Amino acid sequence: MKRVILSIAGTIASLAALLGFKTHGAAHLATLPSASRTTPTQTPTGGGATTIGATPQPSSSSSSSGASSSSNKQSSSSSSSTAPRTAVGDAYQNQFGTVQVQVTVSGKTITNVKFVQLTAYDQHSQEINSQAGPMLLQQTLDAQSANINGVSGATYTSTSYVQSLQSALDKL
Amino acid sequence: MTAALAPSRLGTYKRAEECMGTVFSFHVVLTEANSERVEGAVEDAIAWLHWVDETFSTYRHGSALNRYARGELELADCPAQLEEILRRCSALEARTGGYFSAHLDGRLDPSGYVKGWAIERASDMLVGEGATSHMINGGGDVQCQGRTADGEPWRIGIASPFSREMLLGVATGSPLAVATSGNAERGDHVLDPHTGEPARDLASVTLIGTHITVADAYATAAYAMGKRAYGWLASLHDYRAFVVDADGSTWSSDPGAAALAD
Repeated sequence: MKRVILSIAGTIASLAALLGFKTHGAAHLATLPSASRTTPTQTPTGGGATTIGATPQPSSSSSSSGASSSSNKQSSSSSSSTAPRTAVGDAYQNQFGTVQVQVTVSGKTITNVKFVQLTAYDQHSQEINSQAGPMLLQQTLDAQSANINGVSGATYTSTSYVQSLQSALDKL
Repeated sequence: MTAALAPSRLGTYKRAEECMGTVFSFHVVLTEANSERVEGAVEDAIAWLHWVDETFSTYRHGSALNRYARGELELADCPAQLEEILRRCSALEARTGGYFSAHLDGRLDPSGYVKGWAIERASDMLVGEGATSHMINGGGDVQCQGRTADGEPWRIGIASPFSREMLLGVATGSPLAVATSGNAERGDHVLDPHTGEPARDLASVTLIGTHITVADAYATAAYAMGKRAYGWLASLHDYRAFVVDADGSTWSSDPGAAALAD
């Protein structure tokens, strides 16, 4: 079972779209811009990004049935603003299959995400998706201001390390 | 240089150690389950790196590697890892059309393999001690497992070969391995094994994938290939390449497209 921690900002629909378009790899999702908070009715209402931990699980029997459906199913809701609410996003087709995501929201925090449809993940697609793997974001950045944990460059000698970015990152 | 120490306010234990002519940085995310063991696990990993250096260095006259190369030791009398190193170097040589090679001018030199391999084994050691989220950076060759203390995928900047203050991209993922080969800091230190001449077509080659041993060897091979590297890198399914040409232009491969093209 794949375990991913998703950094999510955006509507359920856009989440499902991205999952469908790309892969289940968290690397892709980590690049989502801040957009809106998630509501049970899937109406973007503005808000901030939310970081969550989730274990996407293709649910056993329900996931394979009704794979062609793209209707929204709201499995639970509550009038309380703090009680957990669950919503199912649109099903998205991509070249590899169908992806549909269920999101649970507690207050403004997404507390769980799971796949209710994941027909994309047959053998061949899994191969392709695993190959998409680690991600490169091409952008020119000032090294000192970039939000990075480490740096890779042509071999750093111990002398130059003293002045290197990695040594600065070690001290943060 | 002495070690940079102490757990950070982010719950990350950090340690730096000079070895193999460069510096190894360890960032290990502390958890309730592993916090008692992390410092010892990092010390063990550092001891491992020093052992690798002493045993497989080409710079140390008395290393087992040099004694084997001079015929003073049989392979069976060397540490068992030497056989593994030589076998894997041969496989990589075949996979890279001979551009990655443990033999240069008839001399045994697997040092292009040893550092990445040592980092990957050190990473395995940390995982074995419950340090399942960490980053090890050995002179720009980086292996990451798990997540940062913030729960995010690790983000590794790719330094411009022309200006270390500038990043040309960020590699991210979990797990993640990033290796860069180039001439930026040590002069022309990558030679084309076919000609013995320094490689100069490319300014740097970065490989992004899951295993630093492979990423490092591929980066070295691709850098030695020069212009030929573009076609070879584009055919890789599981490692993404980012190339800075000597003319300053950049190019990246698409492993997904390579897979679909087959």
